[in-house]
Amino acid sequence: MTPKPHLRPDQTGWLLACAALSLAPHATHLPPSLIGVCGLLLGWRIVLLRQGDRLPHRVLLFALALSLVALVAIEFQRLFGKEPGIALLAGLLIIKLLETHDVRDARTVILLSFFMEMGLFLYQQTMGVAALALAGSVSTVAALLSLEGRAEPPRARGMAAARLVLQGLPLMLVLFVLFPRIQGPLWGLPADAYTHRTGLSDSMSPGDVARISESGAIAFRARFEGDPPPPAERYWRGPVLSEFDGRTWRQTRGSVTDAPSYRSQGTAYTYTLTLEPHNHRWLLALDFPAAAPGLRYSSDFQLLAQAPVHTRVRVDLVSHPGTQVGLDESDAVLRQALYLPPESNPRTRALGTRLRAEARTSGEIPALVIAHFQAIKLAYTLDPLPLGRDDVDSFLFETRQGFCEHFAAAFVVTLRAAGVPARVVTGYQGGEINAVDGSFVVRQSDAHAWAEIWLAGKGWQRIDPTAASAPRRIDSGLAGALPGIDRLPLLVRSDLPWLRTLRDNLEAIDNRWNQWVLGYNPARQQALLSALGLARTDWTTLTALLAAAGAAVAGVLAAWALRRRSPADGIDRDWARFCQQLAAIGIPRAPWEGPLDYARRAGSRRPDLAPHLDAIAATYANLRYGRANADPTARQRFHQSIKAFRPR
Amino acid sequence: MLLWNHYPLNFTPKKARDMPTHIATRLIDAASQIILGKEHAVRLALACLLARGHLLMEDMPGVGKTTLAHALAHLLGLRFQRIQFTSDMLPADILGVSVFDQRDGSFRFHPGPVFSEMILADEINRATPKAQSALLEAMEERQISAEGRTYPLPASFFVIATQNPTDQIGTFPLPESQLDRFLMRISLGYPDPASERALLAGEDRRNMLARLPPVLAAGELDTLLAATRQIHVGPRLLDYVQALLARSRESGDFSSGLSPRAGLALLAAARAWALLGGRDHVLPEDVQAVLPAVAGHRLRPVGELPLPPDELTRRLLMAVPLP
Repeated sequence: MTPKPHLRPDQTGWLLACAALSLAPHATHLPPSLIGVCGLLLGWRIVLLRQGDRLPHRVLLFALALSLVALVAIEFQRLFGKEPGIALLAGLLIIKLLETHDVRDARTVILLSFFMEMGLFLYQQTMGVAALALAGSVSTVAALLSLEGRAEPPRARGMAAARLVLQGLPLMLVLFVLFPRIQGPLWGLPADAYTHRTGLSDSMSPGDVARISESGAIAFRARFEGDPPPPAERYWRGPVLSEFDGRTWRQTRGSVTDAPSYRSQGTAYTYTLTLEPHNHRWLLALDFPAAAPGLRYSSDFQLLAQAPVHTRVRVDLVSHPGTQVGLDESDAVLRQALYLPPESNPRTRALGTRLRAEARTSGEIPALVIAHFQAIKLAYTLDPLPLGRDDVDSFLFETRQGFCEHFAAAFVVTLRAAGVPARVVTGYQGGEINAVDGSFVVRQSDAHAWAEIWLAGKGWQRIDPTAASAPRRIDSGLAGALPGIDRLPLLVRSDLPWLRTLRDNLEAIDNRWNQWVLGYNPARQQALLSALGLARTDWTTLTALLAAAGAAVAGVLAAWALRRRSPADGIDRDWARFCQQLAAIGIPRAPWEGPLDYARRAGSRRPDLAPHLDAIAATYANLRYGRANADPTARQRFHQSIKAFRPR
Repeated sequence: MLLWNHYPLNFTPKKARDMPTHIATRLIDAASQIILGKEHAVRLALACLLARGHLLMEDMPGVGKTTLAHALAHLLGLRFQRIQFTSDMLPADILGVSVFDQRDGSFRFHPGPVFSEMILADEINRATPKAQSALLEAMEERQISAEGRTYPLPASFFVIATQNPTDQIGTFPLPESQLDRFLMRISLGYPDPASERALLAGEDRRNMLARLPPVLAAGELDTLLAATRQIHVGPRLLDYVQALLARSRESGDFSSGLSPRAGLALLAAARAWALLGGRDHVLPEDVQAVLPAVAGHRLRPVGELPLPPDELTRRLLMAVPLP
């Protein structure tokens, strides 16, 4: 029995490298304890490789595996689901490495590594992740290659793997374009696909918006037909918060209809909104969107989607900022917009009562409140001092510094105390144009809160109390209003021009990626195929098309490979023909057999042919292995003699 | 200027006796008269010397190792020196010694038996490793150093070492690194019945040798050596040799593969074999013919059962297709 061949050091090295490269990107979402354990075990395996020691005993490995499962169970409180599953796989991959000493184990490690690369996409599908997965795949292919054949320098091995991956590219494109698509998050699992999203929510407490503002993530993109509105008009309206319990503002559940309750009028802005998933139903729109198919409109004029937005959506919208809304608002809504919990914020309520007495008409009250806010010099800051029990009182009379939600809340409470119906509106304010691709980008750091008041005969009107204290917030964005604050996300800071350029470029690429790769849904697939002349395609046509295209690609690659394998020149072709003819009469050449030996052996079997055979073999040997022959007739004669050779 | 017998044989032999091929044929014929029925081994030994390599003969006592060495030296016209290795031998017994000369009042170097054109190192594995390595270093460097001075050995310097099987009592087997310095290792084996009969019936080999005239005239050995070096090796053949080397390293059949030095040795021996075969270029058959002798002592099989060297190299050959 032949002993089982052990892995060479270079093979083990590649396995370790591909496991490390496949696991490293998972460090962003796996629990730190598990990452630590994996790192230590990997380090141990490297030491074992270097010292050439024996691998740990099976009992130890078994104990390690058990403790790993226990660790995952403790960290996640469960063993099933996406995240514990990936964590378990990561740990088992490392433990498998610790018992890998032959080719069979190595193949398991390679399979697991490929799985870990795929697992990356369960978390994120950005281009960066794709690049990491590609790097991991190349190293894994290199490890697979190292299992076959001789040891090669790592650089050559890596290049060979990259070439292989490159050869797979046409097939990948065919699969990408033609594989039948399903609607929905391809990579999401139901249990925990929709967790961890930064963004607006359906309630607001002091400090909430400030927290959102620390994220530079993109909330949505818009592409305007024509010029975008001026900065002061860029209010992207989101959740409307009317209910107030003294501290937290909440949405009121109102009726939802298929058409808006207002009549659009005035200037129109046409744009396409590409909204990142935020797991809520609301969409964001400039005031106020006209009727469009497939959209829903709530009684407080929010624009809603049919279902929560779990994947990136594209919506075509037209907004008319001049539209008047809520002219004949119901009493219930107005009552709600005047309600203040008794005993909360007494000083603000007193302020409201006083301002009401000063005003001649209720229409003057908002201006008086703004003037008061300006007079007491409220400061706009991302880091307000902690507030007391009555938030609005503390803000207006003690700390006097706050973020937009403080301003909006204080304004609405004061107006309600003065008898004017008012409510808080959250959404995004501002956004900027990406100089590279011209799209309009709005980030989480553009999150904002403002107020709407209701006046008889005018309906609901937008007033932004923050603008009174920090007008630059509206004109030049958060970074302009809060210069020199390093708690702002790096990408939003405006004082680093090169960073802006870099960011603009990256996000333009990212936008393309989103539109063309991640956004390649059934509709786009259909559109692309009809552009190719395949108007009506169901999944059977697609499958047939896929199989045909796949076969075509594989055929082209195979033909190319075969062409490269075929004899390089005429001498070899002639000799191969000679050998084939002898094989046909039952004397095949052994692969290792030299020409003269072959001719001698064949001649001993067929003495009648011997002189021919010897002459041909000697000529071939001379042409093939002799000095470069300047005589072209020799080759010609050889060719003729092969053609004339017809043994029977 | 050398002429070669290209196929088809279309040259007119004007001075055929002077062609390197014919000189070689004469040599083989003459040696075969002395060593009966061992033409292949004789040919290998001659190829080894033409490739300027040292030869190790390993066999049972009494099969004609010493006689072959004698015959080769005689036929090639080389100054011959035999060193019988014993367990009490010292390096100075081989290399030479400096003696105080009372007339000059200085030390004078007395060259040892190694200063000769052909050395027969008989039963090399009877000597201690120290004495063995004195000779082996001289083989590698083609010069010796004594008392701070360097003495070059003759331009033609060949060592034919004989070795009894190492399982005999009182032997020091040569370490692997030193085995590598021998271009070839061959064994003669018992003669076939007909040859043995002729040997038993014939006259004493030593006397025959003494009567046999040297085959090579002055300068003809140099011609042969130069011709060997000029044998053509094409790119395809280099591909083949590289494939053999690579296979020996990665097949898993051998604990250590063939070194680059072994590759050079293989090519040199194959050149000499091609010359003996009357060709001006090396064929895969030449490489295959010399491979057992060149690689047999450099490969160590993996596993418990030591396979005979011929079987090892046969497996290697059959695993590598011609490129």
